Amino acid sequence: MIIVGEKINTSRKSIEEAVTKRDAAFITRVAQDQAEAGAHYIDVNAGTFLDQEADCLCWLVETVQNEVDLPLCLDSPNPKALSQAIKRHKGEPMINSISLEEDRFQSLLPVITSQPCHVVALCMAQTSMPTTVEERVQVGSELIKKLTDEGIPLEKIYVDPLVQPVAVDTRMGIATLGAINKIMNDFPGVNTICGLSNISFGLPERRLINRNFLALCMSYGLSAAILDPTDKQLMATLLAVEMLLGRDEYCENFIDAYQNGRLI
Amino acid sequence: MSDFKALTESVIKGDIKTALAETQSALDAGSNARDILDNGLIAAMDEVSERFTKGLIFVPQMLRSAKTMQQCMKLLEPLFQEGDVTSKGKVLIGTVKGDLHDIGKNLVSMMMEGAGFTITDLGVDVPPEKFVQKAQEVEPDIVAMSALLSTTMPAMPQTIEALQKAGIRDKVKVMIGGAPVTEKYAQEIEADSYASDAGSAVSKAKKLLGVS
Repeated sequence: MIIVGEKINTSRKSIEEAVTKRDAAFITRVAQDQAEAGAHYIDVNAGTFLDQEADCLCWLVETVQNEVDLPLCLDSPNPKALSQAIKRHKGEPMINSISLEEDRFQSLLPVITSQPCHVVALCMAQTSMPTTVEERVQVGSELIKKLTDEGIPLEKIYVDPLVQPVAVDTRMGIATLGAINKIMNDFPGVNTICGLSNISFGLPERRLINRNFLALCMSYGLSAAILDPTDKQLMATLLAVEMLLGRDEYCENFIDAYQNGRLI
Repeated sequence: MSDFKALTESVIKGDIKTALAETQSALDAGSNARDILDNGLIAAMDEVSERFTKGLIFVPQMLRSAKTMQQCMKLLEPLFQEGDVTSKGKVLIGTVKGDLHDIGKNLVSMMMEGAGFTITDLGVDVPPEKFVQKAQEVEPDIVAMSALLSTTMPAMPQTIEALQKAGIRDKVKVMIGGAPVTEKYAQEIEADSYASDAGSAVSKAKKLLGVS
């Protein structure tokens, strides 16, 4: 399971303040905490800075990578911000995200083909958000085809089937799960990735919902997730599920986490 | 004023069957449709909206109440007489250009409708020209815009500018909302109001128009 740590996002107040003040120590600590908790990528998102997004994103890339030896997930739909940030990034970043919306696809294509990177492909079409499994799979398949045609290897594509709130439509959980399953079966080698928290919008006890949804997504084949790795209950769920799905030989990681007091 | 307590309670609960039966029995007892709407259905939705804003109820419960009200309206609509329903105000709503997210916008529409506003919903990915064109056509009291992406937020000031150029900025109040949108942003772009959720959108809209 590939874990993308989601905490460095300027829509969170403490992060926005730290970026405004260019508080490198604060940002570094949030990155280090996530790295120690098991993140494979550190997400950086400066979307709330609008005109200054590019500058802020570049600063985040340099600040985090100065101290933490991990690749980053550059989280923006803005080609200008991404093209500047990708140049400052050491190693292969993950770009989050491209979609099938024509303008977004065309403007991001030069960025993601400019150097080796991993790409999140969001199942969003030109005119509407997909609601059913079929719509998600159709958009996802088309994205995979277009990206592989551009020379991006299947293993570096992370299809995001789009998670929508069950509070609004109780079929939304199943729609995401079905899409994960079908995409993983139809394109062996490709990755699927989700942000979990949308699922619980409009409901109480969101963390409980999120971690159970993570378990379900994993059982349907999800191979990567954008989440808060410092959430101990969530990570404990992840470790238990990995083991139950036969992905933890000799149950080593689970037992190791227990012996290090990480299962609470 | 008649007592519509049972009707109000069934709408708050989202119990469609009971609400329909209560609406029918109120009609049978001689209540007029307008009275049932104002003091039964809208009163219930005001309560729903308030409870939601306070975090006492959640999105599915709010949706269920709105759906219940819509069903009851089907019984009342044929009975309204000319000039009978005085709307709280006309609201033109849409998700701005380049943005396909409609969940928040739909919740706001539904709650405003429940509160007695007349809604014209332009859907998603609505360019400034379309807001202007429709505003000229329906002459709304409020133009409400939603954006869920920081990249599409600039379409909000663009739409306000388009309203200005068309000479109708003064005739409407502009309300904005959506996950990345803030009170501060509303002030920056000189929108008239910002609402953080569907419940507060109703109270902010009422405040803007000075209605209760």
